[in-house]
Amino acid sequence: MMNTTTAIKAESRNLDFFYSNGHRALKSINMPLYENKITALIGPSGCGKSTFLRCFNRMHDLYPGNKYQGQIIMHPDNTNILEAGVDPIEVRMRISMVFQKPNPFPKTIFENVAYGLRVRDEKNKRTIADKVEEALKGAALWNEVKDRLNDLAFNLSGGQQQRLCIARALATDPEIMLFDEPTSALDPIATANIEELMSGLKEKLTILVVTHNMQQAARVSDYTAYMYLGELMEYGDTDTIFTRPTRKETEDYITGKFG
Amino acid sequence: MQASTTPAKASVLSNLNAVRTMIRRHKRNDIIFASIGLIALMLALLTLVTLFVDLVLDGYPKFNLTFFSDFPSRRAGSAGLLSAWVGSLLVMIVTFLTAVPMGVAAGLYLEEYAPKNWFSDLIEINVSNLAGVPSIIYGLLALGLFVYGLDLGQSILTAGLTLGLLILPIVIVSTREAVRGIPVAIREAAYAVGATKWQVVSDHVVKYSQGGILTGVIIGMSRAIGETAPIITIGALTFIAFLPPSPITDVAPYLNFEWLSASFTVLPIQMFNWLSRPEHAFHINAAATGAIIILVTLLMNGTAIWLRYKIRKNIKW
Repeated sequence: MMNTTTAIKAESRNLDFFYSNGHRALKSINMPLYENKITALIGPSGCGKSTFLRCFNRMHDLYPGNKYQGQIIMHPDNTNILEAGVDPIEVRMRISMVFQKPNPFPKTIFENVAYGLRVRDEKNKRTIADKVEEALKGAALWNEVKDRLNDLAFNLSGGQQQRLCIARALATDPEIMLFDEPTSALDPIATANIEELMSGLKEKLTILVVTHNMQQAARVSDYTAYMYLGELMEYGDTDTIFTRPTRKETEDYITGKFG
Repeated sequence: MQASTTPAKASVLSNLNAVRTMIRRHKRNDIIFASIGLIALMLALLTLVTLFVDLVLDGYPKFNLTFFSDFPSRRAGSAGLLSAWVGSLLVMIVTFLTAVPMGVAAGLYLEEYAPKNWFSDLIEINVSNLAGVPSIIYGLLALGLFVYGLDLGQSILTAGLTLGLLILPIVIVSTREAVRGIPVAIREAAYAVGATKWQVVSDHVVKYSQGGILTGVIIGMSRAIGETAPIITIGALTFIAFLPPSPITDVAPYLNFEWLSASFTVLPIQMFNWLSRPEHAFHINAAATGAIIILVTLLMNGTAIWLRYKIRKNIKW
């Protein structure tokens, strides 16, 4: 029902990925990302879910020898973002990312959030300050840091640092945001904060999240994809995947019999 | 009950005793190694301290301001270091201005831009090798290249460039090590918001590795200031009773580059010269100069450690 009413923001078509050592980490993946929805990638360690996520902002291009095959089409412009002629920097300008461990720059809180704008040649101080405030509010961090924007980001707690990284990714108005196990280094309260945040963010953008935590996938996502050994085993809306999975492997993983 | 617990207790006790004996035996190795290490450290330190104290005791009559403001002289009593320390300072300026930009640029290129293949491996091995080439070889190279080839003469410029070349590998290697210390996560964070390679390098890599780079630069400079062999090879004078033209003038454009082509002497050469005189009085001057060179080196290395600490303090990965 949901599928028919929502637009597709991006989709992977027959996506294969090879690491420089020749290992085929993704096998012919076909999967849509619905606009303003959260899609969760679950599966055991080494199943390729992070590899898949990092295809979306061409992170693999940073390391020589990695190879994509197939397409990731982004809508509405129908750009294949994996095409050699498409600059990975252009892709990263449209699709931002939050990493597993909080990785703020050793700069001030303000400069961390402003960095994406500086990279985009934004010079107007007023605009930068407004955008930083907006992003910090969007990441539910503003009230905690508004009086110490010039403190070093390292002085924040782990959960605050991760929300700072979300603000940094948010400040540039991305179309899609990627989360690579964003709460695996955080305590339960910080995790709950981030999950709540993600649910709010999807009003504005499309989210793809990798998670090790099944409950998290069930709580936050609209769609869930179960991956195993580089293959997409099952994809569907989250309720269906968690209550009536069609494949036995998915059911075994979700119920904790395996993985 | 009683009968069954007593033998069990006895075996636990004997086991425990065996374990304690074993731990004592293992810990003996800790003590033995710590003692060897301490002795080695003390030997190295004591040698240096003895040398320094000896130089200071020999040279202490010369520790006064006139020693720094007098030109060398035929009479040991009135001979001073003026031309030598000014020469050292000017040569160091040239060395700094050439070795730092070139070394940092080369190090950044090798680490960030160079494709990883057999050719860059070859360059890497050779850069490390260059750091071990005897300094007199650099002197010979400079004599052929700078003095005769480029016709720069036996000048401050030649000496500065030679020492710059000499410490280039040190700067390159320390730049690369400092850059390598930046976590992948920080680079990926910068790339992920859409930064280009140059934006990552100039906004992050250089900034966060400043401490390490600076340390390498200062250690390189402190090596250069004591270098004698290559400077002798390119033909520094040993007796100079005049100063090079001042780099700063009172008429526009207030800068003067004639000093670059002036002949010169430096501290270690002045020391070498005094040491080769037969009169004992000159040896006092030499000892005082030696103590000053060691002191300057210690100060520079101390600054390097302090700077590294200051800069690293705000960066925790």
